[in-house]
Amino acid sequence: MLEIRNLHVRVDRQEILKGVDLSVKPGEVHAVMGPNGSGKSTLAQVLAGHPAYTVTEGKVLFEGRNLLEMPPEARAREGVFLAFQYPVEIPGVANAYFLKAGLNEIRAHRGLPELDAIEFLQLLRERMRFVEMDQAMANRPVNEGFSGGEKKRNEILQMAILEPRLAILDETDSGLDIDALRVVANGINTMRHPERAMLLVTHYQRVLNYVTPDYVHVLLGGRIALSGGKGLALELEAKGYDWVKDEGPVPVAAEGGS
Amino acid sequence: MLQVAREKEQFLSAYEALQRNVLPPEPAWLRETRQRALTRFEDLHFPTTRDEDWKYTSVAPIVETPFQPILDGAPDLPEADAARLTRVRALAPDARGWTQLVIVDGRVAPNLSSLPVRRDGLVVAGLSEAVQTQEAAVESHLARYARYETNAFTAINTALIRDGAVVYVPDGYIVEEPIHVVFIATSREAPTVVHPRTLVITGTGSQAVVIETYVSAQDAHVFSNAVTELVLGDGSVLSHYRLMLEGPSAYHVATTQVHQACDSAYTSYSIAMGARLARNDLNVLLDGEGADCTLNGLYVATGTQHVDHHTSIDHAVPHGTSRQLYKGVLDGRGRAVFNGMIRVRPGAQKSDAHQINRNLLLSEQAIVDTKPQLEILADDVRCTHGAAIGQLDDDMLFYARSRGMGEQTARGLLTYGFAAELIERIAIQTLRERLAQLLMSALRTGWEAKVRP
Ligand SMILES: Nc1ncnc2c1ncn2[C@@H]1O[C@H](COP(=O)(O)OP(=O)(O)O)[C@@H](O)[C@H]1O
Ligand SMILES: [Mg+2]
Repeated sequence: MLEIRNLHVRVDRQEILKGVDLSVKPGEVHAVMGPNGSGKSTLAQVLAGHPAYTVTEGKVLFEGRNLLEMPPEARAREGVFLAFQYPVEIPGVANAYFLKAGLNEIRAHRGLPELDAIEFLQLLRERMRFVEMDQAMANRPVNEGFSGGEKKRNEILQMAILEPRLAILDETDSGLDIDALRVVANGINTMRHPERAMLLVTHYQRVLNYVTPDYVHVLLGGRIALSGGKGLALELEAKGYDWVKDEGPVPVAAEGGS
Repeated sequence: MLQVAREKEQFLSAYEALQRNVLPPEPAWLRETRQRALTRFEDLHFPTTRDEDWKYTSVAPIVETPFQPILDGAPDLPEADAARLTRVRALAPDARGWTQLVIVDGRVAPNLSSLPVRRDGLVVAGLSEAVQTQEAAVESHLARYARYETNAFTAINTALIRDGAVVYVPDGYIVEEPIHVVFIATSREAPTVVHPRTLVITGTGSQAVVIETYVSAQDAHVFSNAVTELVLGDGSVLSHYRLMLEGPSAYHVATTQVHQACDSAYTSYSIAMGARLARNDLNVLLDGEGADCTLNGLYVATGTQHVDHHTSIDHAVPHGTSRQLYKGVLDGRGRAVFNGMIRVRPGAQKSDAHQINRNLLLSEQAIVDTKPQLEILADDVRCTHGAAIGQLDDDMLFYARSRGMGEQTARGLLTYGFAAELIERIAIQTLRERLAQLLMSALRTGWEAKVRP
């Protein structure tokens, strides 16, 4: 489903990613771990199409198509979703309207009829209950004045409404109290589906107590320095990241395209 | 000098014609007011960009056009403009109970108006009618506030007063439903000029909502030279909407002069989304202790539109409060000017003034000149101001696009979000929704505006 090969990325003339390889098949959940500043968000943002990042080498295929030449909205319409580490506040635009505008353009792309106001509200209410969000937040401006936990729930809400094929969750678990973490983890588990893949970007293994990944990767020095099964997360938790460097590059977990 | 004389000639001959052929016999006070204004007009000159207050706005296209005064009587609304009127009515689709006063080409159109209103001392009437029935309030207030001594546009408006709107709210009276005054300019063969005039007086402890709407036919080559005087009595509360929605060939120059007595509260919503060239002056005199004014403004200039707002708050006595938020959206080669003067006179202690002007530039060719002017002559005051010019935020755009929205949709949504702060202050729901739609169509993003899903 997702095939990343030798990806090099620069920000402000500084090379952050130096040859990332990663392959994800439908139904899989991959955790991407690594210390702060190792480039996890850079990888996530590049996949979503943020214009500030320059790809200097390598390729990314999504369902066999060149993802890097699609504008961000085309990626979203094809089924790529990024839950932002720092969700953006948009003053003056109601949360519900924002979501409806996005959903309807995605539906139009997929040849589905637009949802009218009533149908959308029904869907929204149901999914808001699912992430235990106060219904009043539908009419508040997007993320404005939301607490950290509310913002993360809002990202999960968006994922639940947009129903992506590939969900990239960038630190959606960090900074959450135990209730919010449970809600977020529950959201992720419920969305797990044989046709859907997930990339959990995190620097804590805490969320992995609730969500069991199929693979764990360590991003270090701009590359996937180590890959393994779910046990690797526990090892990282116990030993930190320093020892990984000494292991040297290790073959990526899954090979071949989807 | 000869050039100056020629520019004024058309207005002077309009005065002659009005006096000779059109005006009914009128009270001596009004005749004298006209003459004084005319005499001042003869000595004044139309502003040029060498005048500090007109530095960025040239009225040359106005003064060089030979506008015809409209001297005929019956304000029949031509077929083509009936549609326009329907759109005006759509501003208030369920305007049940609203009082409508419609003025077509400078004359009250009785068949389109719900007039006159006279109940419990409340008066809503055409100006020429109010003069004839000798409403005492008109004589005591008309032309006493808007200074024709220093402003050529106000002077000629005053000299050529013919009709307009008068609202008088008696002491203690609360007018629940809005009073809607609509000025319509139709399309004629030659360029025309109208001089709309509005006078609103709120008695002690009274309350009212007055909406002034200015529209013109799509192809009307018209110059609207409007003057509005708002006189707030002690403790009275006035909400004033000024919707400048003139057509793309219109010129619009306007002065709104507000006089506030003790503890009165004035709220202005000034929306400018039309005309090729517009200049709005809003001058507020806080003349009684405890007076409070809030000025909300939203302007849009796209294509080659030019829109200039000058506000002036005069804190003349202690304990006055003023709040201003003006926002502008500029696209294409649109150009905007904002100049906000706050004056605190000696002794006006505990004055509290706050002013913000924010502008959103959607294109690289759009231009904004924004300038706060403070003249603080008292020491115990609170006075803050700020101005900003910015573009759409890249992170917001990316966030919206990452949720599937195309770039046009995303830009429309964020632009709406920028203006929403002002639109959402509008308490009248039908007006709020209509203005949201007008904003979006003014920006031609194709994005269908809805405030709520
Ligand atoms: N938009 C940006 N502009 C400048 N530098 C950036 C930007 N994004 C990331 N970086 C830099 O790239 C490096 C990796 O950051 P990031 O991808 O956020 O790491 P992580 O998510 O693993 O903490 C850091 O040194 C950071 O300062
Ligand atoms: Mg990060």
